[in-house]
Amino acid sequence: MADTEHKVKEPLFHIAKRSSIVWWKAWLIRLGAILLALIVSGLVSFLLTKENPLRIYAVMIDGAFGTKRRLWSLGQNIAMLLCVSVAVAPAFKMKFWNIGAEGQVLAGGLASAACMILLGDSLPNPVLLLIMIVASIGAGALWGVIPAIFKARWNTNETLFTLMMNYIAIQLVSFFVYKFSVPKGSGQVGIINRTSHAGWLPVYFDMEYLLNIVVVLMITFVVYVYLNQTKHGYEISVVGESENTARYVGISVKKVIIRTMLVSGAICGMAGLLLVAGTDHTISRDTASGRGFTAIMVAWMAKFNPFFMILTSFLIVFLEKGATEISTEFGLNESFSEIITGIILFFIIGCEFFIQYSVKFRKKEVA
Amino acid sequence: MQAQKSEVPAIRLEGITKQFGSVIANDHVDLSVKHGQILAILGENGSGKTTLMNMIAGIYFPDHGRIFVDGEEVVIRSPKDAFKYGIGMIHQHFKLVDVFTAAENIMLGLEEKGKFSIKQCEKRVKEISEQYGFELDPSKKIYEMSVSEKQTVEIIKVLYRNANILILDEPTAVLAPQETEKLFNVLRKMRDDGKAIIIITHKLHEVLSLSDQVTVLCKGKYAGTVDTDKTNESQLTEMMVGKKVTLSIDRSEPKNCTPRLKVDNLNYSLKDGTQILKNISFTVNSGEILGIAGVAGSGQRELLECIAGLRKSEGEILYFDPKSEETIDLHSKKPLEIREMGVRLSFVPEDRLGMGLVGNMDIIDNILLRDYRNGKLVFLDKSDSKELAEQIIKDLEVVTPNASTPVRLLSGGNVQKVLVGREIAASPTVLMAAYPVRGLDINSSYTIYNLLNKQKENGSAVVFVGEDLDVLMALSDRILVMCAGAVSGVVDARTATKEEIGLMMIRNKHQKGNN
Repeated sequence: MADTEHKVKEPLFHIAKRSSIVWWKAWLIRLGAILLALIVSGLVSFLLTKENPLRIYAVMIDGAFGTKRRLWSLGQNIAMLLCVSVAVAPAFKMKFWNIGAEGQVLAGGLASAACMILLGDSLPNPVLLLIMIVASIGAGALWGVIPAIFKARWNTNETLFTLMMNYIAIQLVSFFVYKFSVPKGSGQVGIINRTSHAGWLPVYFDMEYLLNIVVVLMITFVVYVYLNQTKHGYEISVVGESENTARYVGISVKKVIIRTMLVSGAICGMAGLLLVAGTDHTISRDTASGRGFTAIMVAWMAKFNPFFMILTSFLIVFLEKGATEISTEFGLNESFSEIITGIILFFIIGCEFFIQYSVKFRKKEVA
Repeated sequence: MQAQKSEVPAIRLEGITKQFGSVIANDHVDLSVKHGQILAILGENGSGKTTLMNMIAGIYFPDHGRIFVDGEEVVIRSPKDAFKYGIGMIHQHFKLVDVFTAAENIMLGLEEKGKFSIKQCEKRVKEISEQYGFELDPSKKIYEMSVSEKQTVEIIKVLYRNANILILDEPTAVLAPQETEKLFNVLRKMRDDGKAIIIITHKLHEVLSLSDQVTVLCKGKYAGTVDTDKTNESQLTEMMVGKKVTLSIDRSEPKNCTPRLKVDNLNYSLKDGTQILKNISFTVNSGEILGIAGVAGSGQRELLECIAGLRKSEGEILYFDPKSEETIDLHSKKPLEIREMGVRLSFVPEDRLGMGLVGNMDIIDNILLRDYRNGKLVFLDKSDSKELAEQIIKDLEVVTPNASTPVRLLSGGNVQKVLVGREIAASPTVLMAAYPVRGLDINSSYTIYNLLNKQKENGSAVVFVGEDLDVLMALSDRILVMCAGAVSGVVDARTATKEEIGLMMIRNKHQKGNN
């Protein structure tokens, strides 16, 4: 063919969708993205702080794994984030944009705090714990199911609705914190049942957060099975992919929406319990500390596979811990750590594009 | 008849190649049209006709090859470039703004100097209409228009931009036979006016009645160009498919016909009050195929969905159970309730990936859709579906790497085989299929026809909604004709003529010859 007279040039590169990719290639791309992220953020931090990037990374790693205490705190934080992520996964898999996990966690936390304060001295501990579990799961489920019912009945927008439910939950917590505050009017609840430890989750083998971590791992496993091996999980996938197909095979879309949000909210409620009774032993507006939103990212990055979420939540928590450590160690403000976290996440999320698509460069034309 | 036929081709393609990933959509295709000539591009679905035309219209850029307009090599990088060279494309899916009038849509995006004047535009639209014999009111809003009127707007839109080379992508797919004939007359007038016209189609009889030359594509490759008056259907089919095929449907006489499904006075309206189905009554017998004919959007889809329990309708839908001889009212029953009453009703919906199947799920999970409730306790049991999936892949010759390939990666024909295979596996007593061969190649289409025939011979009542009248008349025993949501009549498929059915499709006889 006489291509020589071509007056136009083909564009320098174009993007084509990949039909499939071998798994190791996908992981190679991901690994490359992490390396690139480290190089870029190293460069940025060098330019801003004039510190040796390697030293910065060393401090980051030290911040996350440095001491036994830090290691446990890392594990605890991963577990909590994982728990909320696993909780939102069923809803998102159903394409129900639940951004109300924050509120659902708070509702669960508030319920268990209320039980601890109101019933702490009058009931034996096992009975109290049982009531707390029921109450917090119930509260979380309630907070999740209200938007679901409205969505199923009147097709309201679940994104706005769940967001609004967050604000209600936060204000409710504020109200009760004021009510329960010790001393009265201080606006703080303080450590609940500091001496009696009534309603505190038991500590085994002297390891403070062991129970939390084990419980969350169990929940993760159960949700994995629920999503992949059960009829309910199958229905969630069908509704998420195509409501028309669901109706066609006789799945009640309304029922599935309501049921799934009950499950999702219940697990969030459980996370609230673990936070209040197993970690903080107090309640405040910040008990959930943004995990309800971070969890959405964690779940998406893991493509709703609960086991991958262990990895992604580890990544996020590690970055947060490490970045905070850099800020204090080098006397920078917190914004710097957020810059680093932002750069690394940008690369990790951005690389998914290159797994989905390939970039083809213009071939050199042979004259 | 062919005036002004100059010797330099209006447009000529040379060795055009386009590749998407590993798929070669066009492999060294040549083509040329002269002014005052109609060229038909013939090929099965997926043979690269639309891709080729999109490269002329500036939507894609070819990987290799050259394009000449009036003898000069050109580079078309965008639709704007295409307009510059007088090339206008009428797409299969209309690109119009619903709330604008015809004239407003035509003016949209024009970069004309001088005053913006709707009046002047309307005047020119009228002139163009008169010149070629269109019927169009330029101040009518698009949403008030019929499909054929919308198409007219699209055609005038490109003529308004002084296009000399017109490309029409499957323009007859949405038209009734009479409307098609009208369109063809307009196209012939434009040809006589010296325009070069390229028409994409896969209907052989249209090619033969309209075009001067035919370029055939076969699986992305150029299969040759022939003069229309020197060819015939079987030669074209052979070029298109790449091998000899026998195109005949083996229609047996209906046996043991007893009423199986009786629809009585069925009405259906949308929430906003628009009435979609009006007083529909008919009966389907066991052991027969009832064809449903009608212009696209006459309510065929809604009718089947009402029967399948997916829409809430008013009226009676009675099912006569062959075993218990009971009469069951299916009206206002949900799909699951219908199944639980023991009615073996199978439905192959029009929207395969949006309703019948889930595109992102693999073949096994899609087979599972019908029977996922059978598993023990709360857990899924995929073993039966796995077996059935392998069975369907083998029996229907589904081309797929394996049973765990997502169905969206399969070709249209194979997707349909999975869907029909699943629905037939339930050994239905009533089988409803809406446009089951749309987008399928000839071989897959005949596989589907044979499957429907086999179901009929097994004694099920088959309802077949089709768009190709030739097929409807060759496959069905009786044909119910719909027009604007009502039944215009039921005819015997063995004796009725195409003209008769065509007339019933556009002129509603208000419930007369109903059985």
